[in-house]
Amino acid sequence: MKEIEINSTTLNFGPQHPAAHGVLRLIVELDGEVVERAEPHIGLLHRGTEKLIEYKTYLQAVPYFDRLDYVSPMCQEHAFALATEKLLKIDVPLRAKFIRVIFSEITRILNHLLNVPAYAADIGAVTPFLWCFEEREKLLEYHEAVSGARFHSAYFRPGGVHQDMPNGMEEKLYNHFNTFPKFIDDLEELLTNNRILRQRSVDIGILSKDEAIEWGCTGPVLRSTGIPWDLRRSQPYDSYDKVEFDVPVGKKGDCFDRYLVRIEEMRQSVKIIKQCLDQIQPGDIAIDDNKITPPKRKDMKKSMESLIHHFKLFTEGYRVPAGETYFPVEAPKGEFGVYLVSDGSNKPYRCKIRAPGFAHLQALNHLSKGHMMADIAAILGSLDIVFGEVDR
Amino acid sequence: MNIFDTKKLISEQFNANFSFYENDKYIGIVLDKSDILRFIDLIKDIKLLSFNQLIDISAVDYPSREFRFDVFYLISSLKLNQRILVKTSIKEQDNLESIIPIHISADWYERECYDLFGIKFSNHPDLRRIMTDYNFDGHPLRKDFPLTGHNEVRYDDLEKKIVYENVNLTQEYRDFDYQSPWEGLDNQLIGDEKANKKS
Repeated sequence: MKEIEINSTTLNFGPQHPAAHGVLRLIVELDGEVVERAEPHIGLLHRGTEKLIEYKTYLQAVPYFDRLDYVSPMCQEHAFALATEKLLKIDVPLRAKFIRVIFSEITRILNHLLNVPAYAADIGAVTPFLWCFEEREKLLEYHEAVSGARFHSAYFRPGGVHQDMPNGMEEKLYNHFNTFPKFIDDLEELLTNNRILRQRSVDIGILSKDEAIEWGCTGPVLRSTGIPWDLRRSQPYDSYDKVEFDVPVGKKGDCFDRYLVRIEEMRQSVKIIKQCLDQIQPGDIAIDDNKITPPKRKDMKKSMESLIHHFKLFTEGYRVPAGETYFPVEAPKGEFGVYLVSDGSNKPYRCKIRAPGFAHLQALNHLSKGHMMADIAAILGSLDIVFGEVDR
Repeated sequence: MNIFDTKKLISEQFNANFSFYENDKYIGIVLDKSDILRFIDLIKDIKLLSFNQLIDISAVDYPSREFRFDVFYLISSLKLNQRILVKTSIKEQDNLESIIPIHISADWYERECYDLFGIKFSNHPDLRRIMTDYNFDGHPLRKDFPLTGHNEVRYDDLEKKIVYENVNLTQEYRDFDYQSPWEGLDNQLIGDEKANKKS
């Protein structure tokens, strides 16, 4: 028998490819159609956020966080607001905490409503994409109602939230989330028992418990392996300790489990939002200290002091006592943390952003080894990568 | 096991020069750069602690100091629900030992640290730039690197290709000092020291 030596093929995937979920360049080494090595080249969306934040006041830094992971903006503002509050040693009013939790969870649903159908689209289903975008649009109206912007909301500010929810919104939210689980059922009917989806995702990209920890995976990726690790539960921030919810975990840690975990997380988010709406009481939405939060518009028309406070706040900002802190939150994609160093001035001395996607993408090579080329798209979709946060 | 037990256990098990510092989100520990590898290995190996998830590696630049960079390693223990921040100070030319043999995910974090700060990690298998452009020059997160950078990129329609040019600002980069001169002064008004003087 003649022996034929097959050379491996090197393939360039991306940076412009619909399944790359952004600007990912992958160098894939293939043996036939089997992946031997997949090396991500990232940084094509690097905007130097951390550097820019060093030149902005704390308040001006907030909008940068919307632009990191642009499908879950509010959760990231949350991390920055909490880190800054920790350094300022302030505690926000209860109503602000509930509003933050409500909107963090809306953001989580928004994120999963993008990731689940995008993942499905990667492996051949187009309809969920259209369905979910309609639902997303409805939810984005709530974003718009409180902050004026659908995505780049800059709503969670250090010291509270920017403004109160408009009248009647609590009821609207309640009604919306009463009917929303029906939509998740419909979505599941379309996907969960779908033969193609199962063929493409069960036993693809399996991650064991130890490997998930070792690769620094957090969020749904870690939970899909069976580890019930959720920062909302283990290190509760804001009013997460006042609500009850389950932490869904997977069994095998494959693409299908990651999908299922996300679906179940949406249901849990609905549960959290409803509990918050039950408990929320009228009150202040930001701390009553005009050195940190701006005075009310109404006061500014009459009081000179308020006007001065407003002016000083939006030009000079506030000084944050020297110190350092790391504040992690459970963003939809995993542990999103802000490591903040203050030198006592009005600008952060250093702001390191810990993005969950960065760690997940790093594990891609490990996950895709030995799989088919087409599975890379499935694995990538199930990891929920958004380049805004990976490249920062 | 609470934070005090963890600290106690670390003090018992680890014999080197180190100091804890207070922080309510994590256990902060400062140690010499030569002990980093040994320490991170130790806290991962002790079954009671199992600080086994590396969360982040990065640095802070203090250009005026002799030990210019503060490099920190953030490691969390899912078992104890605790975090530890290992910090060390190094000089500009100093190398750090790569911790990839202990935490495989350190790979990209160290590359990022090298890219943005120019901190070299010895024994790293593939210490390339990760965030910045191919053929980028300089380390952006150093405090002496200008915010605008050195090069800008544009598409040249005549040459039909991307061209790199030096940054040319039509107006000076505006960085206003908004800080009020009145806040934070010890001596608020000239002459106040006379009022408080003890006779």
